[in-house]
Amino acid sequence: MAWFRKEKKPREPRRERLEIPPDVWEKCEACGHTDIREKFVRNAHVCPSCDFHRRMRAHEYVGILLDTDSWEETEADLRSVDPLNFPEYPARLKKALGAAGESDAILTATGTMEKMPVNLAVMDFAFMGGSMGSVVGEKIARLGELSLERKFPLVIISASGGARMQEGVLSLMQMAKTAAVLSQLHDRRIPYVSILTNPTTGGVSASYAMLGDAILAEPGAVIGFAGPRVIRQTLGQDLPEGFQTAEFLLDRGMVDQVVHRHQLKKTVGQLLRHMSGKPAAAGWETS
Amino acid sequence: MGTSALEFEKPIVEIEKQIDELKRMAEEKSMSVDAELAPLVDKLQAMRAEIYRTLTPIQRVQVARSPRRPFTLDYLRLCFTDFIELHGDRAFRDDASIVGGWARLEGETVMVIGHQRGRDTKENLYRNFGMPHPEGYRKALRLMKLAEKFHVPVLTFIDTSGAWAGLGAEERGQSEAIARNLFEMSELAVPIIATVIGEGGSGGALALGVADRVLMLEHSVYSVISVEGCAAILWKDGKSPETREKAASALKITAPDLLELKIIDGIIPEPVGGAHADHAAMAQTLHDVLIENLDELKRLKPEKLIHRRREKFLQMGRYED
Ligand SMILES: [Zn+2]
Repeated sequence: MAWFRKEKKPREPRRERLEIPPDVWEKCEACGHTDIREKFVRNAHVCPSCDFHRRMRAHEYVGILLDTDSWEETEADLRSVDPLNFPEYPARLKKALGAAGESDAILTATGTMEKMPVNLAVMDFAFMGGSMGSVVGEKIARLGELSLERKFPLVIISASGGARMQEGVLSLMQMAKTAAVLSQLHDRRIPYVSILTNPTTGGVSASYAMLGDAILAEPGAVIGFAGPRVIRQTLGQDLPEGFQTAEFLLDRGMVDQVVHRHQLKKTVGQLLRHMSGKPAAAGWETS
Repeated sequence: MGTSALEFEKPIVEIEKQIDELKRMAEEKSMSVDAELAPLVDKLQAMRAEIYRTLTPIQRVQVARSPRRPFTLDYLRLCFTDFIELHGDRAFRDDASIVGGWARLEGETVMVIGHQRGRDTKENLYRNFGMPHPEGYRKALRLMKLAEKFHVPVLTFIDTSGAWAGLGAEERGQSEAIARNLFEMSELAVPIIATVIGEGGSGGALALGVADRVLMLEHSVYSVISVEGCAAILWKDGKSPETREKAASALKITAPDLLELKIIDGIIPEPVGGAHADHAAMAQTLHDVLIENLDELKRLKPEKLIHRRREKFLQMGRYED
């Protein structure tokens, strides 16, 4: 192993015929497995070698969950503003807009999943750490209202470090706002499935993420109210192995199932069928 | 009164000392000092008024956190009668950082629930510095549902730097407990009035704060993150006075700021020199404001109440469409 750690001087890439450009290669954060990017993408960013669930972009989740060509994005024009004149917020927003290629930390869509109509919201960690500000709250509220109108089940995939500090208490109130929408869905008996991905912490975990009629989590995802760093600080010692992982939450009774990304669509479909009085999908009768 | 005085209150404490000294002398020598006392008392009032009129955001944070301010149990003693405390979440344990129970406001039964801090180290350890575990929020929810069952209004007092971050709190579902309260409070079929009496720290505060009326005492603060946390993230320095002051200003956490942002519904004025300068006067004002708000809310049918409450929170946020 020693030769791995040796600092090498960056050298000129050798020009070889048929060489694959370096940005085509990706490395698994968990096991170090290196593969062509395309291979990770085709496997929904699950490491082909160790099954580690890598981060995935919002539109990619839409791609694996909703039926092909069945969906359209909703409220794509909502944009964050800088209501508090917060230091450097406009610059950070601008940077995020450029880098993430999404309009904010969430994408909302309406479409079908296994031919069932569904409204889907997916948070995008690449946009300012998936932080929840006014736009995230408003998009969820509007998608929830669309669910109330059309009686479509709601599915939200969370990935967030928490509330967006730069919008102050306005972002804190998005927790209450999203909870208010979900309580309306509850009254009308419209199913809501919450999916927790890595990481789901802070204000997002302490609002809609933990309010699902069913709560699913991806393997290995870090889920909690306080981030591990904060707890380590108050504790003054290291956290127990596996603390705040999806599997830990399953054991403590906080989530219904830990679900492999490849099984997400099927599992959500099964849950929604049960909760909306629909017959089982083909193939479930015997299993 | 000299103990744990805030830095900017030093001149006030100085005059208080002079007044005490004068009174002591008068008693010792049984002579009248009224002539000497009067100008000092005037000076004290003027100075309190001046200092408190120009409080900066970070000074308000210090005031809000002061152990000399009235806490939930103080208001229970001063504004209410016939209080009987109810303990426990019926699942795990009693969390002393949240107190609650039946009480009477001007003779009528209400459910009072609030964060409870401690004044000294021993009390703070018992109260966990007013930072609840999940069972605290679950006790609060139990009491709210109890109030709903008997058509009794809920009055909450917010006074916490935040929900506790620790192993047990995480293990028992801190996120779920807070989320559940937000959810249930948005459809509780009785009037809810929430008052921030000290520090309103993040989700741990909001878990008692989804209300028909959200009020703040004049010098209290309400924030999505502690000023220290914000400063640490933004300027990699959560300790120096400069960065804390910058964070306190940037986060817009004062009552006037939040009224302007339509996050809260009203500000309750504090006595000259802050709530801690005169507990009784503060309690009297709070008492009157609560009655006034409750009278308005009691006229609304439950469906209307819930509809309005939800709509209020659904309107919160600023964005470009
Ligand atoms: Zn791997």
